[in-house]
Amino acid sequence: MRVALLADIHANLEALRACIADARDNGAERWVYLGDIVGYGADPSACLEIVREACENGAIAIKGNHDEAVNGTRFRLNQIALAAIEWTSAVLSAEEKDYLDKLPMSATEGNCLYVHASAAKPEAWPYIVGLDQAVDSLNATQAHLTVCGHVHTPALYNLAVTGKIMVHTPVTGTEIPILPQRRWLAVMGAVGQPRDGNPAAAYGIWDTRAGTLAYRRVPYDIDTAAAKIRGTGLPDLLWRRLSVGR
Amino acid sequence: MATPVLEIGTLLDGFTIGQRVHKGGMAHLYAVTHPAHDIPMLMKVPVLHEGEDPAAIVSFEMEQMILPRLSGPHVPRFIAAGDFSVQPYLVFERVPGATLYARLPDLPLPPAEVAAIGAKVAAALTDLHRQHVVHLDIKPSNIILREGTGEVVLIDFGLSHHAQLPDLMFEEFRLPYGTAPYMAPEQVYGIRTEPRSDLFALGSLLYFFATGVRPFGDPQTLKGLQRRVWWDPIPPRKLKGDIPPWLQEIILRCLAPNPEVRHPTAAQLAFDLSHPDQVRLTPRAEKLTRDPWSARIKRRFHPDSYRPTLDRQKQVSAAVETAPIVAVAIDLAESEEELVEALRTTVKRVLVTVPDARLACLNVLKTNLLAMDQTLDKEGHNIHVQRLVELKHWARGLDLPADRISYHVLEAVDATDAILDYISSNAVDHIVLGARTSAMRNILGSVSGEIVQKAPCTVTVVRKSRAGMKTDPSASATPSTSVQERAAI
Repeated sequence: MRVALLADIHANLEALRACIADARDNGAERWVYLGDIVGYGADPSACLEIVREACENGAIAIKGNHDEAVNGTRFRLNQIALAAIEWTSAVLSAEEKDYLDKLPMSATEGNCLYVHASAAKPEAWPYIVGLDQAVDSLNATQAHLTVCGHVHTPALYNLAVTGKIMVHTPVTGTEIPILPQRRWLAVMGAVGQPRDGNPAAAYGIWDTRAGTLAYRRVPYDIDTAAAKIRGTGLPDLLWRRLSVGR
Repeated sequence: MATPVLEIGTLLDGFTIGQRVHKGGMAHLYAVTHPAHDIPMLMKVPVLHEGEDPAAIVSFEMEQMILPRLSGPHVPRFIAAGDFSVQPYLVFERVPGATLYARLPDLPLPPAEVAAIGAKVAAALTDLHRQHVVHLDIKPSNIILREGTGEVVLIDFGLSHHAQLPDLMFEEFRLPYGTAPYMAPEQVYGIRTEPRSDLFALGSLLYFFATGVRPFGDPQTLKGLQRRVWWDPIPPRKLKGDIPPWLQEIILRCLAPNPEVRHPTAAQLAFDLSHPDQVRLTPRAEKLTRDPWSARIKRRFHPDSYRPTLDRQKQVSAAVETAPIVAVAIDLAESEEELVEALRTTVKRVLVTVPDARLACLNVLKTNLLAMDQTLDKEGHNIHVQRLVELKHWARGLDLPADRISYHVLEAVDATDAILDYISSNAVDHIVLGARTSAMRNILGSVSGEIVQKAPCTVTVVRKSRAGMKTDPSASATPSTSVQERAAI
């Protein structure tokens, strides 16, 4: 079974649609949304609607820090993120916010753990930006594969039986064998706001049968997504960064 | 995890175990059959003993990742793999034919035969390199001449590097892995990403096959291995007079310590070996003595002499002497995203004005912050890697070719001293760095003033736009920079 892994949609409808289409073309049958459905982008309701519909058909969706923040818990957000949250919170209906509030913090399926930030103290939303944080997360779970998002930059960590942690920068499209004798932490890039210098929308496909994980990049209509954000009056950085992927 | 004994007749995932055909230090090979596969097959089973060298496991994992992705006539066809939960194994085609190891009693071989073998191996390497793999263990016992076609098949990818997959061998081990007589100097220094390492190994094999003597012997110590960086072998024609100059030219070029001097690709080496009349002869084609002592001493001790340098991100080719060097000091603190952007913009502008400039990206890792930590070595090392990853990430937008950019994490107690030291010891022509406003999270802020004062080169200090990013949305996203410059002393 091919599982599409979509993190950090951030209300970018154009990017989300492009990723879903690409995943369908590549045989995805199962959908996992790894949090931060809203925040930053101009289409929180439309993105949430897509995720909700998927969940009614068996998809998994978990909570991100922005999904939490629209309900008032603004944990360590910078000024720009806060401005986006204020706007998003005003746009979403009480019912939509309630749906976001009830999303689980993590989900386990088979030997996989899905969580937004890290398996270690997920409620504190730590950023996995290096080996230390990756070790913390890997030590906090027994899962063979942990999949998360939150940092907007794809990376693949693995822990050997010898206790050695290593990081790999995924090459787009390469199907990486998730060797069963190691434990893995896959950080997905962002669907809706990539920051690794590549503006294309990022997501992943986990092939449970082949035991491989592919990081994929999808071009999408950045101009439209950016223009919508500009129209909201949110800080310029939020639409400008989309075209450079930073 | 101990290795279970695989008896003849044992059934494993449908494969019937036959004779053990090879017993190695890292793995055993068994002949196997399977009703669904109608070709001769081998099963490779790693040698696993509790508490012993994990290289056997890691090398087996690498081969499990790489072999299934390879295709074509120059590799054995992959059939199946079993994971570590029951019995790790790899099953692949048993290639009919003997390895070149079987030819050792016949050495030295006639030059024409040596060149023909070399051309076949180089063709196989071309195909392998095209598939993003550097073999890193080219030697007679890993090369089979396929019965019938006579084509070369390369086997044993346990030490190989795949450019698109995690390099488990590199991450796990600090010591170089390879086979002593054939290992390229850069491989001795831990570099695993250089396809031309395979050309060096092939050159060593061709030297051995043409003369009957190994060019660098079979050293058993790291120091002995490192000697090949400066110690040139006796020219093959001195050992065997019938070796033509063109073959000596090719072999000695393969054995150049600096990969930049070797044939750029395996395809070009294959071309030379098959077209002797096209080989451009240099003085090394005719030489009959090793380089004089003075030259060897210079290669060994002179600071300008070639040394393989391990950059954990990417092997960066040697500096172009005449091109100016621009350095940029970057603090990667997340909060200063706008300043980091401004730095990139300024560097872009500088590079436009000097098209052949090289860029050195610097980041200072303050070691005193870690001094209290009990796991200083391990922790410091990990942060170092992360900083390099971030530097490279920062530089991606510059679109510079690899030979024009390098990344350096300077571990130092004092950032100013570290940057000034780098500037002088590397003859930097121009340093770009950011000015900081927030006092607490600032590593470079107090630094920039002092560097402007002391650096013996041009200094550009970049500030983030005072108006932030909210100015005119139609303007380009480049913040203004204020520039202070100072002529080189």
